[in-house]
Amino acid sequence: MQQKDYASQIHRCFRCGYCKFPTDYSSFNCPSYRRFRFDSYSTGGRLWLVYAWLKGEIEWSEHLAEILYACTTCKNCAEQCPMRFAPDIVDWIVGARSDMVEKGKIQPRVARFFEAVYSYGNPFKQLRSDRAAWANGTKNYAPGDEYLLYVGCLGSYDENGQKMARSLIDILNASTVSFGILGKEEDCCGNEIYMLGETGLFQNLVEKNCKKFKELGVKKIVTLSPHAYNTMKNNYPTFGGNFEVYHYTKILSDLIKKNKIKPSRAKAKITYQDPCFLGRYNNIYDEPREILQSIPGIELVEMERNRRDAFCCGGGSGNFVTDLLAGSMDSPARVRVREAYETGANTLAVACPSCLTMLTDAAKAEDLDDKLAIKDISQILKELLPAR
Amino acid sequence: MSDVYEALQKIVGEDYVSNRAEERYFYGRDPGLMPPHEPDYVVMPKTTEEVQEIIKLANREKVPVTPKGGGLALTGLVIPLKGGIVMDMKRMDMILEVNEKSRYVIVEAGVTHGALKSYLQKHHFHLRHSIPDSPPIATIVANAVIHGQGRLTQQRGFNSDMVSGLEVVLGTGEICRIGSCALSSQWFSKGPPLPDLSGLFLGWFGSTGVITKLGMKLYPCKKIREVMLFLTDKVDLVPEIIRKLTHTEMVEDIVVAAQPIPPRFEGIVSILLFITGDSEEEIEFKRRMAWEALMVYFESRDGGFVSVTPNMKPALLAMPSKDTAKFADVSKGGGFEYSGPIAPIDKYPAYLEKLEELALKYKLIYASATRVIDGGHSMMFSFSYTFNRANPDEMKRAKVALDEAAEFALEEDGVIWKPNINEQQMVMERMDQNTLILMKKVKQLLDPNGIMNPGNWEVK
Repeated sequence: MQQKDYASQIHRCFRCGYCKFPTDYSSFNCPSYRRFRFDSYSTGGRLWLVYAWLKGEIEWSEHLAEILYACTTCKNCAEQCPMRFAPDIVDWIVGARSDMVEKGKIQPRVARFFEAVYSYGNPFKQLRSDRAAWANGTKNYAPGDEYLLYVGCLGSYDENGQKMARSLIDILNASTVSFGILGKEEDCCGNEIYMLGETGLFQNLVEKNCKKFKELGVKKIVTLSPHAYNTMKNNYPTFGGNFEVYHYTKILSDLIKKNKIKPSRAKAKITYQDPCFLGRYNNIYDEPREILQSIPGIELVEMERNRRDAFCCGGGSGNFVTDLLAGSMDSPARVRVREAYETGANTLAVACPSCLTMLTDAAKAEDLDDKLAIKDISQILKELLPAR
Repeated sequence: MSDVYEALQKIVGEDYVSNRAEERYFYGRDPGLMPPHEPDYVVMPKTTEEVQEIIKLANREKVPVTPKGGGLALTGLVIPLKGGIVMDMKRMDMILEVNEKSRYVIVEAGVTHGALKSYLQKHHFHLRHSIPDSPPIATIVANAVIHGQGRLTQQRGFNSDMVSGLEVVLGTGEICRIGSCALSSQWFSKGPPLPDLSGLFLGWFGSTGVITKLGMKLYPCKKIREVMLFLTDKVDLVPEIIRKLTHTEMVEDIVVAAQPIPPRFEGIVSILLFITGDSEEEIEFKRRMAWEALMVYFESRDGGFVSVTPNMKPALLAMPSKDTAKFADVSKGGGFEYSGPIAPIDKYPAYLEKLEELALKYKLIYASATRVIDGGHSMMFSFSYTFNRANPDEMKRAKVALDEAAEFALEEDGVIWKPNINEQQMVMERMDQNTLILMKKVKQLLDPNGIMNPGNWEVK
């Protein structure tokens, strides 16, 4: 973690602007720059403004905080920046956020996010006791189960996330995978809390989760969300949480390869949204596509920006709640559903509950919801399995 | 002034105006070494008509206007020296037309070099434009306005020479077309056979008007592009090497590089030759012509071609070159700036000696990438020094070195490229008096209220 060093390094940004683009320079690939178009909202702008704040050349303001938190930490900048420090950029952003949190300078919507997670264990201010209300009798994890299915906040409370979770559970049950959930005992994974810079709360969540997992004898975790996958795989080991962590697309891809899942024929033209925390963060691009391509009759088409150049839905770093990028035709999710529609696809497949909810809302706002179905891969697959 | 803010909101919409401290801070400086000065407003128009309304408003209120593209000139040309409005043009981002037969493109003022490159590769792969070495966010228009150069400059001249038409909002608010497009739907010539009025705007850094659309000539994009590397430690031979190479008329681009890092490069001049062709035979022919032109130096052991390894090629052939921006991080400091005089080619040895002398004197890391211009009529020599933005002393030393480089260049028959305001004054002090008076008349005619990027090309 480079966070602590950010203040001594952040001046190294030359603001050359490579961070705004995808590899082929065809459009702007930084979600907040694409949304607002002021250079201040690009990564270079952010780093220069934070440096100015550190030097006392500008004062903290809500607008400065908005600029900082409008970054979805999608990591496009780190992919495109030509400098040697490129891999550290997101850590610098997170470091600056942590610094502001420590100094009590917090953007109000972000502050509410923290308060909700602190008090309720989720950013939606939903009751902990309702966390498993969607689960419909799904069994809790018990020692001996192969996998803990970690559902996450969106899977537990968001309507779209719940549909996704139910679909995945149906598929896992149908393929006789041994798993259980935590139900009411589940807590926030902390990925967004980490990205938003509340390191104390993050540590608290990780330690609680790790303790719980260890007490239950969990060895393998399957996550619904790439966000949870990312933090459990990459951050938890720092706190002694050494589990085998899988995103569900890996599990489903393996089940298909072993012929344990055999989807029936479908007729659809599908394009796929690479989630940032699966793709750019963890280099998982193939498994979701393998699942879709295993479905007889499906034509998979790519959007112009895909894989490491995929355009973020705008939901990262808690923006699926704080929504700092909303309110415009240039909001990333709206841009993205238009791009998906331009491929001629009738379905936009996702592998992330945040993408699912952001893009579903965007399709409605763009009046494309009857032309472009937004579905998670688990939902697509579930519909093609024989009824039990 | 709040009336101006509200008026700007009415013109472009609330989302695209800011008078907040953060935007004012960012738009008040560039990555180079010129002192900052903040605007009062940043505005992002979408259409020519919005630009026109902003200029009319600025004239009414006597508020300065500074148009801005990528903001990468490094010499402070988009720093609003007298405040007022910075007009970020990048929302005007439409590629309006590609004429394949007459080989030109019409773009709005905010179209970036990156976007045009990508568009041509996808839709007109047999055409290309002259891509500068600056990052892809550099706009076509701003690059032309500063007489920028690109990968076709050795063959075709400055990128501004490739302009084939302009739409301009004058400093007084009228919309005006320049070139064939003034009377035709076609944008194939910026001037000839008419009086060439493009010179009223190109090179003026936005101080006479705002270019809102631009026609740019396109050129054949050959199927194969290759790079050759010639090394010599005899700096005095460089002008003659360039003469021999340009005589072949086989080489697309010639860049002469000198740098002390890594140490194995110290004292060695690297001459990069780029050749293109539609077949291996064409490439081989051009390669042989270049080789034979310089054979004499191989025989006298004064230099020779070295093989370009597969590892080296992608970076050398990349357009734009990410290596250019990377120079800013050589000392882990986030800064570099260069003085880039356009100069006679026979001055190369003297310029290189000065570059090294100043680096030694001011304890700076240097690099130089000199591009041959227009078939060998001149060169752009770069005095580039890197600096650490967290080290004010090093920034000061870099600035003094660049100032001395500019003085030297003027003494040695050079003309400073994209000069900062101080260098503009140095240029004008040496300029023919009647030329100066003409410039003053042009400026007064086109910008009677003195609102357009004031401070730049101001004849005292």
